[in-house]
Amino acid sequence: MSAPLTILGSGHAGITLARDLRKLAPDLPLRLITREDGHYYYKPDLSKAFAAGKDADGLIKNPLEQLVEQLKAEVLVRKDVTAIDPAAHAVQVDGEWLPYSKLVLATGADVVRLPIAGDAAAEVLSVNDREDYGRFRSLLKPGASVLIIGAGLIGCEFANDLAASGHAVRVVDIAAWPLSRLLPEAQGRALQEGLGKLGVTWQLGASVASLDRVGGSVEARFSDDSRATVDVVLSAVGLRPRTRLAADAGIACKAGIVVDDHLQTSAADVYALGDCIEVNGRLLPYILPIANASRALAATLAGTPTKAKFPAMPVIVKTPACPTLVNPPPPVAGSWEVTGTAPDLEAVYKDESGKPLGFALTGAATSKRSQYVPLMPAIHEPA
Amino acid sequence: MRKWRCLICDFEYDEAKGLPEEGIAPGTRWEDIPDSWTCPDCGASKADFDMVPA
Repeated sequence: MSAPLTILGSGHAGITLARDLRKLAPDLPLRLITREDGHYYYKPDLSKAFAAGKDADGLIKNPLEQLVEQLKAEVLVRKDVTAIDPAAHAVQVDGEWLPYSKLVLATGADVVRLPIAGDAAAEVLSVNDREDYGRFRSLLKPGASVLIIGAGLIGCEFANDLAASGHAVRVVDIAAWPLSRLLPEAQGRALQEGLGKLGVTWQLGASVASLDRVGGSVEARFSDDSRATVDVVLSAVGLRPRTRLAADAGIACKAGIVVDDHLQTSAADVYALGDCIEVNGRLLPYILPIANASRALAATLAGTPTKAKFPAMPVIVKTPACPTLVNPPPPVAGSWEVTGTAPDLEAVYKDESGKPLGFALTGAATSKRSQYVPLMPAIHEPA
Repeated sequence: MRKWRCLICDFEYDEAKGLPEEGIAPGTRWEDIPDSWTCPDCGASKADFDMVPA
């Protein structure tokens, strides 16, 4: 048998690519290597599973056996790839070198953890995969209190999900309003108020100084010297692309794995997709960009070189307490113009010449998405 | 009127409701949605949808 096309990672990127590839190349030898258990779940479901009443197994959409059959692929589960040899076209697993025809890195991102003092700092949880969710769910008893560190996208989604499912939720963030890196203040306040009505307590403009175990609870001390006693602490302060494996193999990486318009890395026959890459100097840790990129990469891998397009794609923030969607502007000087009455606000980010570069909608204004998308520049337009 | 569900993310398209925010009027039949249309939540293509059994 010829060496298989090999995908590292069974997250949304890896599986989406495998599915797209099978539509174009039904007989291509295909191998997936994953450090997870291989059951397919939809990652965005992790931050809305409590209110949906789903446990970790309830999130599985395709059990491994079904996935193997659908994809006609060999799937190696609970395996860590320890090295890539791009010159020899092989990856190392359990000390053995497995050859590949082409390799796709869909290794995702790791959670960022802030250094925190105290003897309970090591008990801080984060939920970045289904297994994490299972652990979190087993520790968070019905009605328990939870401190969420980080009022970004994931922190706000969890705040909504956990408050809606009857937990006492407190969110701490050094920023002055939630989603401060994505939304102008007026919309951040609308989200803050919407989640507040659901019972979320905000501790903004503060950070966690220490976490200490006191009996069955954790005592959190904050930078403003206030304290709170909680049952569980969840960290949601951001993601960092997993680049080590690629970097160790001499593949060019910056914040993420650097790819060209065909999603090829600096190494021949090695491609990358999803949360681990950077495009045009930007990380795109969102679900929507993967779909377009995957279709293009599948075509390229099936023999028709196709450039990946990254059109404007608004990010839906799953906070039903205050529906929110945002098309984040690029890091260019400019300012937000906000119209409407809270919580139904429309905001457009314009550069200094008045050109619209991003937008954000909250409340009932989210229904106006299609009016704004055509005005937005692409995230990246291949040359 | 039928409903179609995205196999990837469970988004549902309800023919009766359409998707007015995307310019798809209520009552628009699944086959009348352009093939270039993609799932608003996850970006999957039309081929990744299945009809929801009535």
